[in-house]
Amino acid sequence: MAAADAAPNRQDTMLAFAIRRLFEALMVMLAVALIAFALFRYVGDPVNQMVGQDATLEDRAELRRHLGLDDPVIVQFGRFITHAVRFDFGISYQLKQPVTGMIAERFPATFELALAAALFAVALGIPMGVYTGIYRDNWLSKVFLTVSLIGISLPTFLIGILLIYLFAVKLGWFSSFGRGEVITVGFWRTGLLTASGLKALVLPAITLGLFQMTLITRLVRAEMLEVLRTDYIKFARARGLSDRAINFGHALRNTLVPVITIIGLQLGLIIAFAIITESVFQWPGMGLMFIQAVQNADIPVMAAYLLLVAFLFVLINLIVDLIYVRIDPRIRIYGKGSQR
Amino acid sequence: MIPRLLVIAFALASAIGASDGPTKTLRFAFQGGLNSLDPYALNETFTQGILANVMEGLIKRDQDLKIVPGLAERWETLDPTHWRFHLRKGVRFHDGSPFTADDVVFSAERARGSGSQIKARIPADAKVVKVDDHTVDFILTTPNPILHYEWETWLIFSKSWTEANGAVNAQHAPATSLSPAALKANGTGPFTITSHEPGVRTVFKRNPNWWGTAQHNVGEVVFQTVASDSTRVAALLSGDLDLMDPVPVQDIERIKQSPIADVMVKPELRTIFLNMDSFRDELLYSSVKGKNPFKDARVRKAFYQAIDIETIKTKIMRGQSAPAALLIAPLLFSHASQFHRWPYDPAASKRLMAEAGYAQGFELGMDCPNDRYVSDEEICQAVAAMLGRIGVKLTVNALPKAKYFEKAGPKKYDSSFNLLGWTPSSLESYGVLTNLLRCRDKDGKGGTFNFGGYCNPQVDALIDRILVEADTAKRDDLITEAFRLVHADVGVIPLHQQSLAWGVSRKINAVQRADNQIRFETIWMQ
Repeated sequence: MAAADAAPNRQDTMLAFAIRRLFEALMVMLAVALIAFALFRYVGDPVNQMVGQDATLEDRAELRRHLGLDDPVIVQFGRFITHAVRFDFGISYQLKQPVTGMIAERFPATFELALAAALFAVALGIPMGVYTGIYRDNWLSKVFLTVSLIGISLPTFLIGILLIYLFAVKLGWFSSFGRGEVITVGFWRTGLLTASGLKALVLPAITLGLFQMTLITRLVRAEMLEVLRTDYIKFARARGLSDRAINFGHALRNTLVPVITIIGLQLGLIIAFAIITESVFQWPGMGLMFIQAVQNADIPVMAAYLLLVAFLFVLINLIVDLIYVRIDPRIRIYGKGSQR
Repeated sequence: MIPRLLVIAFALASAIGASDGPTKTLRFAFQGGLNSLDPYALNETFTQGILANVMEGLIKRDQDLKIVPGLAERWETLDPTHWRFHLRKGVRFHDGSPFTADDVVFSAERARGSGSQIKARIPADAKVVKVDDHTVDFILTTPNPILHYEWETWLIFSKSWTEANGAVNAQHAPATSLSPAALKANGTGPFTITSHEPGVRTVFKRNPNWWGTAQHNVGEVVFQTVASDSTRVAALLSGDLDLMDPVPVQDIERIKQSPIADVMVKPELRTIFLNMDSFRDELLYSSVKGKNPFKDARVRKAFYQAIDIETIKTKIMRGQSAPAALLIAPLLFSHASQFHRWPYDPAASKRLMAEAGYAQGFELGMDCPNDRYVSDEEICQAVAAMLGRIGVKLTVNALPKAKYFEKAGPKKYDSSFNLLGWTPSSLESYGVLTNLLRCRDKDGKGGTFNFGGYCNPQVDALIDRILVEADTAKRDDLITEAFRLVHADVGVIPLHQQSLAWGVSRKINAVQRADNQIRFETIWMQ
């Protein structure tokens, strides 16, 4: 596949590369849809979740027919795909609203939370990683590493509950759940423009971002340790470049490739699976919507959400690959990886 | 200087001016959500209970669940099939239009119309006739003394508003667009809805033009969904909430010790009980082949007497349950005190099992929900341990409710032994008898929620007579007889009524109803 792209102009290659990746994205999403659909037969009976206990058998049967639940799986799948390409994911069984609308409504909440968590993780993780990489045996480094160990070993929901009990119940600095006041800008409901909205973001962002932060810290540290031993760093020192120029200009830049890969993958994971954090903090995002859909066998919502997640992952991977090329001159789209 | 003084004076004046009339804000959270605002679209207790603050029915129930006048001041039966309701005068909907008999006739049609999930509330063949602006007749084909028992949550729509908003048919699941009644509400009740985010947050405001006398000082209610138990408890303890429901049993003591919060506990109407498959000729999930042990009343009674309900109450329900001998809460049945549980007696159980030919016991599979009732899975596991002592090796299969009801419920009834909870929506015994104890066929025609398929033709005959018996004393006697037959025959194994637990701020006084419905107009805040 790569040989055909060995064109002299780097811009053209980028475009062909991006197009090929988008095509692969479609294949991935189709596969996800197929697997998800096969699984949905086993999630339980949505009709029982929708009707009250007094519904007669005839009512239930009529509802099943109406929803098309008695049709063969292939027919249901075909119906789903033909609607999905028009972004019509049907009506939620439980909330009786168009699923596309539900996702659009809740996406801003999850996105802001994920962004805040990622910023927290990166803003704290990279400096901590660099510091512990450069000053290996400092007492402060040891403190940072211990904190990062705690962040990795505690499960997300436990961190969330601990933070709520400490900062909301005992100290009363933050509220225990919810998003605070939101302001609607166009179609985007943001909590970033109000004081209560920003305050409400703090605890959930820390909960969600703690694991990534520790991951980034340790990764940057490990990479820094390795890079600082390489030849070109030694030559830079011999040449008399300042410590600052060496550590940040050269060493850090070269550690970034694996770090960006991880950040990219983790960002996808954060957005897709902020479920637990959203459940603990009752954050009105897509994760909470998804877990409720699972409990209620609300198949249209689950199907739409899984497709969206698949798409997100593919998109993020594409962006990460494009960033590689920018930051690491050793990587070319049509070539192999570095020669390290 | 002077402008500043003016500002301060203005602020003071407006503060004083705002302090007359109810102005308190109640912050309330529940584990489930409020989705559609159309009370006909989903037959669910919580939704209809909350909406009963905004819209009203012809009758209401007081805190002991006795029927009191609602939008109908009084009613009478001119003969057993002819009911006349006299409507309250001077009542207006929130949009200002007057409440008349036209609205009642319209609502009756809408409730029985396409998309409605509450069709059973009004008999399909009943004729609803407007006599004059404030009188409505219901003409039935057979007598039905409990015609109006479920009408507290048959909420009345305004004909003019509903037609103007294109919501004449209730929102049905496969609709292609939302009915306007799903996102807006217009009723006659003491509160209006000023904002609604389905499943997230709804804001109610006091209706100053309500016809009733308010016993509350609540000006605004902010309702939010908080699904996570621990978050809900934390929110109550940190003062973010004034009222929340339910309190998980393990946190009741903790909240009681808090200086700002307390717990209100009350027996709920829901009865938890066990079903045994006595329908099939051979059990699906047991080691006994060729016959069905549950067809033998001695085996059923052995199972009953092997269960130590007091230990379940103290250890599993942490004292928050009321052991039951009937499938209906004592509050709803006047003769309930005549019934007592078969005593816990494992020795007697073993004797009965030996008499029936199962001295060595047998293996059995049990199905159980794990997210539907209070401590449901733990109860099943306790039952398994207790039955182990009489030689029955029980394997508990715990499932989330979506899967559980698909398996053990209509139409498959794919289970040999299972747990179920039930509150009769009619709040009386006929509902219990006809849904849980009537004979059914293999698809569930008949007693649809008779999971075990228990069938006693004498009980069925009694149930049919109870449906049409208008004399209350005779009716209660028939009901007593029916329950007595089931008890003697051990058709099912009742366990207990679970308890309601509301977490409340110490600054509020609230009235707790046994059906867990909350009426904002009974709340007083300091």
